[in-house]
Amino acid sequence: MALDAAAPVRLHPLHALLLAFPVGFFPAALAADITYLNSAEMQWSNFASWAITGALIVGAPALAWSVLRALPGKARGRWIVPLLLAVAWAAGLLNAFGHSRDAWSSVGTTGLLLSVVSTVAILAAGWLAFAAPVRGGLAR
Amino acid sequence: MIRALPLLPLALLAGCGGQPTDVRQTGPDPQLPAQHQTLVPPMKIARPEAWGDARPTVPAGFQITALATDLKVPRQMLVLPNGDLLVAEGKGGHAPKLRPKDVIAGYIKSLGTTSVKGGDRITLLRDADGDGRPEVRTTFIDKLDAPYGLALIGNELFVAEQGALTRFAYTPGATRIATPGWQVTKLPSRINHHWTKSLAASADGTKLYVGIGSNSNVGERGLEVEEDRAVVWEVDRATGAHRAIATGIRNPTALAIDPATNALWSVVNERDELGARLVPDYLTQVRDGAFYGWPYSYWGRNVDPRVHPQRPDMVARALVPDYALGSHVAALGLSFASNGGIAPQYGEGAFVGEHGSWNRQDLAGYKVTWVPFARGRPAGQPRDFVTGFIGPDGKARGRPVGVLFDPRRKALYVADDLSNTVWRVTPAATTAAAERPRPRG
Repeated sequence: MALDAAAPVRLHPLHALLLAFPVGFFPAALAADITYLNSAEMQWSNFASWAITGALIVGAPALAWSVLRALPGKARGRWIVPLLLAVAWAAGLLNAFGHSRDAWSSVGTTGLLLSVVSTVAILAAGWLAFAAPVRGGLAR
Repeated sequence: MIRALPLLPLALLAGCGGQPTDVRQTGPDPQLPAQHQTLVPPMKIARPEAWGDARPTVPAGFQITALATDLKVPRQMLVLPNGDLLVAEGKGGHAPKLRPKDVIAGYIKSLGTTSVKGGDRITLLRDADGDGRPEVRTTFIDKLDAPYGLALIGNELFVAEQGALTRFAYTPGATRIATPGWQVTKLPSRINHHWTKSLAASADGTKLYVGIGSNSNVGERGLEVEEDRAVVWEVDRATGAHRAIATGIRNPTALAIDPATNALWSVVNERDELGARLVPDYLTQVRDGAFYGWPYSYWGRNVDPRVHPQRPDMVARALVPDYALGSHVAALGLSFASNGGIAPQYGEGAFVGEHGSWNRQDLAGYKVTWVPFARGRPAGQPRDFVTGFIGPDGKARGRPVGVLFDPRRKALYVADDLSNTVWRVTPAATTAAAERPRPRG
């Protein structure tokens, strides 16, 4: 592990794994939503519903960890990743409720838009979290 | 409120606290407010509580006693020619949980039901002296699969199980049938989201009518699983052949023949999650060839936006039901008065058992109402007949399912699947010294 204060520090492997789930699940939900709107085939909405739920459950500790990671730091921009995660998660929560409605109302325009927000935010969060680690300190 | 549940904060999201200034939703022309879909459906479950020394409330001049307690989820009933009462007990359905909502909503709804396992049987109660205390109580037929609707034609007893219409040979006076039944016809049972199969025999005894509920609230399991669902079948007694006489009839939970006109009537449960005041459950004459709108529209041509692809051609065909009972009351019982009724002021009309709501914050149903008829049509607003199923603490003591008027005894029986009791209502004068019921939940 890097002890040099200037060296980049990677995410803790567990944190990285937790983060990988919403990074995979939110885009999967978006793809399923688009397919549902194109097909009116309920199972695609069900897939999206589970994907969003999975993203929320595994994404919650990833979000909490990123907040704890940012708290003691001083670097500018250290809140960007937690903020993006929070946006993705909050949109995902609304979307999970939305997907609990029946038939077309489970997705509709609102569901699609929320899936887009979650997907964009989580991809950006993942990109930054994996590519621009916090400098100074051990992986945590 | 979904009190003591971790979902409490969701009530805010549901935006459901306030109720509209109340709207009239009973009778032939209910007010239908605008649709109101929320992120989380308003759910309020009345948690169960034992009756203790309490009992349901009946109008002045009537009394109510527990005819039988400790049943195993009693649903519908039938009076045999000798006065014996049959009670179908069971709990069906095998709908898989397809998404997180099914898991969560299923759990919440289960908090408002009995923990007793369905009996999958028919119990016989014989109260030959009519004192409200059965001398004989036997398991009449055993090992059934969620029996619900019952009908007797001559000496043939028909039982609508969740997957088949079964016929049994009945010997007058029998207290048990051990001979296996004969399958008249299979009934649609895939998934069985709404599993209850209601049953009535035509007045001439040649046909049986079977009510088959939809496989979803409004098509959220896919429309391909709705084939042969949300229909009333007419089954030929001799051959078992069937045809759908009514379609788009979401969940016809009880069927009955009006003895005054021999017309077939049904109580029907309508869809959820369009708002606390949508959609009214209804009582309607089941007209041959009628389409009642489900899932495309409700109460005639009010389009449900949740169904895709939409079908304006089907909406255009949708018939308006005869009589609204109120939104989310969950009508499960229907029985017509005959032979003068239980008392002179209840001479022509029907009793309706209302199991009670989950999809609105103010509880609805949880009672037995009386719908007065005149010249074979509903005439006037429904009147409460048996109430008090919700205690002063807001908890449910019981939930009415089947109702059955026995014209010879001048008694109304009410099956209660929460306290697992069959209640018996009679005019106060006919029976002295009513026993206080002590049903156990």
